[in-house]
Amino acid sequence: MDKLSEQAEEILESLWVMTVEGDNVGCLLTSLKVEPDSEQLLELVRLTYVEVRGDRVYLRKEGRPEAQMTVRRHRLAERLTMDILGISGDEGNEQACEFEHLLRQGVDTKLCTLLNHPTTCPHGNPIPPGECCIEARQQGAAGIVALTELKSGESGEIAYLAASDDKKMQKLMSMGVLPGSQVLLVQKFPSYIFKVGHSQFAVDDTLAREIHIRRPVK
Amino acid sequence: MAPQTSHPKVVLVGNPNVGKSVVFNALTGAYTTVSNYPGTSVEVSRGFCTIDDKRYEILDTPGMYSMMPITEEERVARSILLNEDPHAVIHVIDARNIDRMLPMTLQLIEAGLPVVLVVNIIDEAKRLGMELDLKLLQENLGIPVIGAVMKRRVGLDELRQAIADYSMVPYAPFVYATDLEYDIDQIIRNIHGDYRLSRRATALLLLQKDTDVVDLVAKQETKDNYEQLQETIREISFRRRADLHLQISLERRKVCTKMLSGVVTQAVEEGEVFTEKLSRWMMNPLTGAPILILVVYLGLYKFVGSFGAGTLVDFLEGTLFEQYINPPVVDFFHRNLSAEWLFELVAGEYGLWTLGIRYAVALVLPIVGTFFLVFSLLEDTGYFPRLALLVDRLFKQIGLSGRAVIPIVLGFGCDTMATLVTRTLETRRERIIATMLLALAIPCSAQLGVILGLLSAQPGALAVWTVFLLLVFILIGVLAAKVLPGESPVFYMEIPPLRLPQLRNVVVKTLTRMQSYFVEILPLFLFAALVLWAGKMTGTLESVINMFSPVVKLIGLPVEATTAFVFGFFRRDFGAAGLYDLQSSGLLNPTQLTVAAVTLTLFVPCVAQFLVMLKERGFRVSLMIFIFVTLMAFSSGWFLNRFLVSTGLLM
Repeated sequence: MDKLSEQAEEILESLWVMTVEGDNVGCLLTSLKVEPDSEQLLELVRLTYVEVRGDRVYLRKEGRPEAQMTVRRHRLAERLTMDILGISGDEGNEQACEFEHLLRQGVDTKLCTLLNHPTTCPHGNPIPPGECCIEARQQGAAGIVALTELKSGESGEIAYLAASDDKKMQKLMSMGVLPGSQVLLVQKFPSYIFKVGHSQFAVDDTLAREIHIRRPVK
Repeated sequence: MAPQTSHPKVVLVGNPNVGKSVVFNALTGAYTTVSNYPGTSVEVSRGFCTIDDKRYEILDTPGMYSMMPITEEERVARSILLNEDPHAVIHVIDARNIDRMLPMTLQLIEAGLPVVLVVNIIDEAKRLGMELDLKLLQENLGIPVIGAVMKRRVGLDELRQAIADYSMVPYAPFVYATDLEYDIDQIIRNIHGDYRLSRRATALLLLQKDTDVVDLVAKQETKDNYEQLQETIREISFRRRADLHLQISLERRKVCTKMLSGVVTQAVEEGEVFTEKLSRWMMNPLTGAPILILVVYLGLYKFVGSFGAGTLVDFLEGTLFEQYINPPVVDFFHRNLSAEWLFELVAGEYGLWTLGIRYAVALVLPIVGTFFLVFSLLEDTGYFPRLALLVDRLFKQIGLSGRAVIPIVLGFGCDTMATLVTRTLETRRERIIATMLLALAIPCSAQLGVILGLLSAQPGALAVWTVFLLLVFILIGVLAAKVLPGESPVFYMEIPPLRLPQLRNVVVKTLTRMQSYFVEILPLFLFAALVLWAGKMTGTLESVINMFSPVVKLIGLPVEATTAFVFGFFRRDFGAAGLYDLQSSGLLNPTQLTVAAVTLTLFVPCVAQFLVMLKERGFRVSLMIFIFVTLMAFSSGWFLNRFLVSTGLLM
């Protein structure tokens, strides 16, 4: 299959977000900001990924897998730029937009495995699972997630603390929040409350994101 | 700080909330604040204790989690260990969390300090199904270990005995992983100076870039030696950049696990008890908000407002002073002080008796007293940490973390004390924002009492006052959070178990707070009375008032109100009381009353608060806050006046 152009990928992505995740029926050409006779659109029509009727573009069944994977790559890229590289705000978004187009030919799978098969992007939108995620789940991999990803009442073992701020990590460590400790998440809102041993702690989401938990193998 | 004595020193250390202060009281018989809120005893308390005819000086330090200080309080605690030469260091821990707190015991032992371990709250641990073999732990650690329930004085005799019998025995160092040991050894070999802490501990703290220790070593070592040391440390820290702190912590924990093997046996835990349920309700926003409203309504509105500022003040001021005490006293002075100026000084309108003592005892004492009682009660239950986590998200909007809820709430009692407590906040930025908000928009209980009394007859005025102050608080908070440089705060806090407050603790704590309030405030009352008297006598007061009157006129108030504002600086509530007089004589319409009340509430902190600000925040910041608050108060007054007049809201 020929590589889609970057702009064509962007169109697919927007279509997915608006029609599959949102409740729009088709998309106005104007809201996609494309001309009806633009190169990228024609490219997608040729591949039968989309269909243009009147002033609206519709995502066809044939186009769904590709659109889904495009969204997946975008959100994985966001995880990479924002969580790992620590670039936040508009800068992070821009970088993610550039990165996503490089995540092809298995690079997305590798990145996904490196990030431990995340299920949501930093903005909280779902990341469509790839084959690697499904496989990992079938193998029953325990998976390491941030404390923010646990549900209230769920417990696990602290796998590691992401050391973005030395002082804060030291504080957590000296309070006994250390890798290897068992934690029980008591509450998520308005602050995260968890139990280690017989003690309870409250942290805000900045700190909670830095505590990574190994879920017990089911 | 108290004068240095030659008595052997005994230093109490430990996490917040393990009953350190209870141990201190049991040993000394004196009282310091015993609190269930992490970090309210910022000052170091000193007391004495006599065992077998020998006198010991006991020092109670602020809570610390490890030998590496992070907050200012921990730094205070650690500096005592670095600078004093203790006969014994009592490490108090909570039996329930022994595995979590023992790493600090290791650090103390490792530092070569004469450690006694007190495993406190052992009764609660038993209730949780924990069995502890402390004899075995004592053998493992090689230091005296005492099981205790200090609240009921269980273990006190053993502790006193242990202090009296203490003799330092050489200990075998706990061994960490080989690679870490190798690095520690590399640093130790370059340390030659004389230190209070052991070279091993000094090496570890150096490696962890502890600034105080680095400074100390820089002073103690020769220049060449220090540079060599720096080089070694740089090399090791780079090699271990990924996980130095973590590895040290993990190694310590490994040692602890070894020490505790066979010591702790844990039976199956029982179901949730009532206090745990209540705790959950307090922390859940859906149930927590109604609980907060209930606490504010019953505690502040009903008890402090109606009972303290109403019933008690009426009784003290209206009945006791007006009818029984004042007439004979004034009469006495009339007869005995012939000179007019002397009578004015003592019993005149601004006299020491009238403005100083009577005012402090009859008006301020009941309000502040009832407030401190409620505050101490809440503090001892452990409600505040739960409130802190509830409001953290909201407080982040104004640049503060949930932690700041304590100084802010305390500010409604006394802004001066609250300014002192802002020390417990972590960053300078947070401390400045909190100090400023306290100075600007948080009325203290004395002021609140008078203003509520003033406005209660006019529900509309009261509503405008409340809404306007709230808006200013939020607006200035949000702006400060945007304008002030620095990172936004991170929130973390240990949530201690809920406790039923002990009546004696609450009462004594309230009395201690009231006492320190009076020791600090009463002289200022008297001083203020003196200044005002002198001002009146010399005519200075009049010229100051004349100077200010254009500003007052500008915000739509009668010239007579100027006096209230000048007074307001001496005591926030003086000012409000001055308005009271104006209103009684019918000089203020509702709009003017509201504008005056708002401006006065926002207007400068009282003298005492300003002095504490100077001490805590420094001259530059304090002056800036002062100027800002003054400008803000009058421009708000001007704005509100324009707004109310043009809309006719309170006509």
